[in-house]
Amino acid sequence: MTTVPVPETLLSVRDLRGGFDTPDGRVKAIDGLNFDIARGELFAVVGESGSGKSVTAMAIMGLLPTLEIDSGEILWKGEDLLLMDEERRRAIRGGEIAMIFQDPLSALNPVHTVGRQIGEMARIHEGVSRKAALARAIEMLDLVGIPEPAKRADMYPHEFSGGMRQRAMIAMAITCKPALLIADEPTTALDVTVQAQVLQVLVDIKDEIDSAIMLITHDLGVVAGLADHVMVMYAGRQAEVGTTDEIFYESRHPYTIGLLASMPRLDDTGAEALVPIPGQPPSLIRVPSGCPFHPRCRFARPDVCRSTVPALMPVGAGTRHASACLFLDELDEVDVAGLRRSAGDDELVVADTTLDGTRAPRRADGAAGPTLEPGTDVHQDSVFEP
Amino acid sequence: MFAYFVRRLLLVVPTVFFALSFLFLLFFALPGDPATLLAGGADRNPDPGVVERARERYGLDEPLYQQFGEYWGRAAQWDLGESFKSGRSVNDILGEKAINSLRLAIWAILIEIVVGISVGVLSAIRRYSLSDKLTTIATAAASAVPVFVLGFILQYLFAVVPEKQGWPDWLHLRTQGLGPDTWTFFFIPTGEQWRYLILPAVTLACVSTALAARMTRGSMLEVLRADYLRTARAKGLSERKVVTGHGLRNAMLPVITLIGLDFGTVIGAAILTETVFSWPGLGSAIADAVSERDLPVLLGLSLAVTIAFALVNLLVDLSYAWFDPRIRLGKDAEV
Repeated sequence: MTTVPVPETLLSVRDLRGGFDTPDGRVKAIDGLNFDIARGELFAVVGESGSGKSVTAMAIMGLLPTLEIDSGEILWKGEDLLLMDEERRRAIRGGEIAMIFQDPLSALNPVHTVGRQIGEMARIHEGVSRKAALARAIEMLDLVGIPEPAKRADMYPHEFSGGMRQRAMIAMAITCKPALLIADEPTTALDVTVQAQVLQVLVDIKDEIDSAIMLITHDLGVVAGLADHVMVMYAGRQAEVGTTDEIFYESRHPYTIGLLASMPRLDDTGAEALVPIPGQPPSLIRVPSGCPFHPRCRFARPDVCRSTVPALMPVGAGTRHASACLFLDELDEVDVAGLRRSAGDDELVVADTTLDGTRAPRRADGAAGPTLEPGTDVHQDSVFEP
Repeated sequence: MFAYFVRRLLLVVPTVFFALSFLFLLFFALPGDPATLLAGGADRNPDPGVVERARERYGLDEPLYQQFGEYWGRAAQWDLGESFKSGRSVNDILGEKAINSLRLAIWAILIEIVVGISVGVLSAIRRYSLSDKLTTIATAAASAVPVFVLGFILQYLFAVVPEKQGWPDWLHLRTQGLGPDTWTFFFIPTGEQWRYLILPAVTLACVSTALAARMTRGSMLEVLRADYLRTARAKGLSERKVVTGHGLRNAMLPVITLIGLDFGTVIGAAILTETVFSWPGLGSAIADAVSERDLPVLLGLSLAVTIAFALVNLLVDLSYAWFDPRIRLGKDAEV
């Protein structure tokens, strides 16, 4: 214990595999994950729905009783979380590793005041009095930029706006100054205008309390200016890992390239088209053989990719940049911008965001497709009867 | 909150008025002339003169609207009239019977709340376990058994069987009457009293308890899946504290409504229970008043029951607002 490596590794996930048993078979939700999160870094996990991002987070928190961990370890400061007794685990949960959930309205208890819910953290982990806990809650609300925190602490979640609720969630998570904050899609349920504010709060807090953040998102755009490292997940596996620059400018996995090509950019000139990734993420019960991405991959070579499961391999020496593609070296030459400029030649359906905010799908040949009327009510959640 | 309370309190007045007006009209729609009954009953062929005198004496010869108006005029001053049958003041009868019904109802509702809710919660957290399955079967059975059948079964099991088998005396429960009428703080049975109370109270509570248990189970299962319980777990709370501190209050919302509405069911069931156990309460008195066409007693006791029902529901609404801040009044909740 003489030399402390800088930066200190907080969380180490080693060859983690796990899944759920369902009547239809086993869902391989996490399949061989390896990653480290160091103190103070912002580690982004990116992927489509069902890629295993949230399950990974829940496995670290130990909040998914139905998830069976088959093998691997989750080391927290060198100690395996999976082998800990429940009491020790609870002390870490919330105290050292805290979590921010996606939908702050449903994640906050409707019958308790916001102040009480935030203060409860301090009561659990530091055993402070009810009064001291409330004072702490007010302090935390102030820290996340909620005006009139003393008054707000006495209010209920339904009296808060969406952005304020998420700030309150953040305030709750940081009450005990956790070393790691896991934020699972923290801005997805929010208005675009509020998203940036909430992300800024997260980043400011990270510096303020010197904690690491594991930011889970399906939106590469969110990651761009913020993350130190990015892990791209696909079908419960790591597709690519690297620094943000490596992922954005030197991506070596067809899936990452696909994600980048399907994302609108501020520096678009208008000549570019958005290129969607064809198809759907695979069912995790019947994962495609070989590389799980091969059925959707524009670079796939049917013979090899269908039969060989690619391991995560380093892109170059002396870097954390790694990709799980058999042909990662050949992807060096792929130019994402070029891909998008040339998309006009393909028979692809692309989406265009018009000035008034409506999405006007149009065919690449310029013919107008069906448009979404501005007044059309697109429900966000809970529109389907369960 | 206070304005809401007053508004709700005022709403009790029309509720009671309409309920009793309905009862009043229903009484005259019943077959059998009250005057004939008063004069000795139809089967004894009373003298027509006696019948007429009875009709006159009790004001039954006046037009219906006049009787109705006079009754309300007196009732407004809390004079409930005299019994056709015994001539006793209905206010006295009410005072004597109401306390016994209240004792029974308090215990029945206590059983419903304590047993029903805890069984429901345990059943929900041990979902699909053997105890959960047994509970589901038991509650289904309990809510299906008619009150009087259950009363007789319990009487047989806890009074007849111990007697026949010569079981020790403390296992031997009483089945008829009020008993020694010894209470501490008006409703806590003292001495031998509990032997008389326990069977009618359990009988009265049975159906409601089963319903409360089922409702709690369903509501708790819903809440256990809620995101905010996941948040509570993520804070590092123990599962017990997650359930009691964050789950219970949310899960109670539908159950509270049920218990409030159930008060009406309990009153209905009390008529049967009190009759089966000869418990001298409002229920058996109302049942007697109906069969004896004793209008003042029927109306007076029903008035008391209706007011009690309205007040209990007011309390339920107020507690609902306490349990769920989203419907707390005076603040405009968006939700």
